[in-house]
Amino acid sequence: MILSQRLNKRFEEVRRRGEAALIGYIMTGEPQLPRTLEYIKALEAGGLDVLELGVPFTDPIADGPTLQAAHARALRQGVTVHTALQFVRELRKSSELPILLMTYYNPIYRLGEESFARRCSEASVDGVIIPDLPIEEATSWVNQARKYGLARVFFATPETDTERVKKICEYASGFLYLVSRYGTTGAHETLAPTAIPLIERVRPLVPQDLRLAVGFGFSTRAQIEMVVRAGVDGVIVGSALAARIAEGASPETITDYVRELKAGTRPLP
Amino acid sequence: MVAKAPSKQSTTKLSELPHEGHFGEFGGQFVPEILIPALKELERAHKEITARFDFQSELKALRADYGGRPTPLYFAKRLTEHAGGARIFLKREDVVHGGAHTLNNALGQALLARAMGKRRVIAETGAGQHGVAVAMACAVLGLNAEIYMGARDIERQALNAQRMKVLGAVVHAVTSGSQTLKDAINEALRDWVTNVPTTYYLMGSVIGPHPYPMIVRDFQRVIGDEIKGQLLRREQRLPDLLVACVGGGSNAIGTFYPFVSDEKVQFLGVEAAGAASLSRGSIGVLHGAKTFVLQDEHGHIAETHSIAAGLDYAAVGPEHALYKKLGRGEYVPVSDAEALEGFRLLARLEGILPALEAAHAVYAGVQRAKRMKRDQIMVITLSGRGDKDLETVVRYDTQPTPEQTL
Repeated sequence: MILSQRLNKRFEEVRRRGEAALIGYIMTGEPQLPRTLEYIKALEAGGLDVLELGVPFTDPIADGPTLQAAHARALRQGVTVHTALQFVRELRKSSELPILLMTYYNPIYRLGEESFARRCSEASVDGVIIPDLPIEEATSWVNQARKYGLARVFFATPETDTERVKKICEYASGFLYLVSRYGTTGAHETLAPTAIPLIERVRPLVPQDLRLAVGFGFSTRAQIEMVVRAGVDGVIVGSALAARIAEGASPETITDYVRELKAGTRPLP
Repeated sequence: MVAKAPSKQSTTKLSELPHEGHFGEFGGQFVPEILIPALKELERAHKEITARFDFQSELKALRADYGGRPTPLYFAKRLTEHAGGARIFLKREDVVHGGAHTLNNALGQALLARAMGKRRVIAETGAGQHGVAVAMACAVLGLNAEIYMGARDIERQALNAQRMKVLGAVVHAVTSGSQTLKDAINEALRDWVTNVPTTYYLMGSVIGPHPYPMIVRDFQRVIGDEIKGQLLRREQRLPDLLVACVGGGSNAIGTFYPFVSDEKVQFLGVEAAGAASLSRGSIGVLHGAKTFVLQDEHGHIAETHSIAAGLDYAAVGPEHALYKKLGRGEYVPVSDAEALEGFRLLARLEGILPALEAAHAVYAGVQRAKRMKRDQIMVITLSGRGDKDLETVVRYDTQPTPEQTL
């Protein structure tokens, strides 16, 4: 199977327009289960390039308070991997938005890596992000993801040394996810002092066929402009969107917010 | 009795584990990428620093003069007569300074933290015994301690929460999830990813990502090493059965591990019935390790219940998972009511108040002793003392717990 064509194609289009990709996160079941699709459409209408769709877990150790609350709400509504996959199938009827599932490892392990990868592929998921699966534990997952044409997103952080970044790039496909700051997920107004040095250090290490996206703490157009100028191919916004949706923002408000963020991905020289 | 290990796995050298961070198929490092370099640094430090003579002699001196080691191996005559079977010895970890075995590990890791140049120490705690031990170790070594404890556990172990504060630790109440040990670990991990360059995470049990299950085991094996020496001197033989309670499983691994190659010595691990991950769970991944976990069909972690906060945990150390899989250890559940029976029995027959955690081991040990011969020897590890639990015991008599009403 050809590897995550939809995702690579999208990155190509975005690059041709001289932009970076805006990657946005929503937890399956937010703000309520019947309305998630409506909000995904709102994200798309604002110019979102790639969607990260959350699968809830009881113990989301990499997440701050905003996304912890989203996990808890989704669990209370009975959301599972299967619910998320159903959303993707539904969305695919009318959209070619590249979609990555974001899930902790245990739900995948419980279902079985192969079974999970196959179901993702059948539902036209383009890739998977697993925040608690470092490359040391990922050999069998990488094989399954490869077999079913799913992008394998791995992380690099301010703690990751050069040698390790190179090794992670060998496991990754789609994009390399740079963690811009120390800490859990959560919106901040300013760019972490670690962000730009990290991008500048990692950029030359990333092979041609792998994109570079940065996340953790992004909520403003100004932050996005700064990292795009520093040379990333994509910026991930998670908690800032989740917080607005949880606070009751309308789909129109979300569309406007995404449009503003998206403007940051095409900074003037 | 304990099943024999399958022959195809009999070549597994249990005494040399873990191998590349794994205990057979269990263990590993299922953590966010940002923690991997810290775990590698910790593994290196553990290997290099703890091997040094000055480290070992300082630890030995602290354990003896500060901690009160070696702890007695006490022949429980009246408990033995009551059971009417095997001779029962008690390994008295309840008399360690602070009132539990937890100081063994806390002192060792706090020394390691200091040697690594990390002055900020964070830890999780369930019953509060590990928190108290960390607070003590940090006080005596001049380090700063911050302890994460579930709000529900603070409520039922109020005395220990107070002790930590008096000892100079900062106590963070965790209000997420079930507000117990699992959630305290989640919060401690979140703190660690935020402060990893400056902070040492002092894990309290043989759980979590590699190398923690190995480090905590190596600092707790003093329990089993002492049992071996004490029993050989006194009885000129090894025990037939070792009994210890298992939450994460640190006092049990500390008891069992030095006997792992003594094939005739059998292990009995005792879990809380409402948190029996080995007896009733399935394989999954929680807090960085692949192990037995209480979970539903979707891989969501179950909420657990035990009258003993220190056993109230949905997973278990990966080394226990391997012992179970290989048949090297047997693991049984004990209910709240049964644990209380063990608590009262030991109080009245021997004048010892065991921690409710250890009371699980007392109950299962007595039941098992009844079926053993009079010339056989059993050692039950009393992981801690029960002063902290008096209020819970009294309350239980008037107000049934959820498990009781099932």
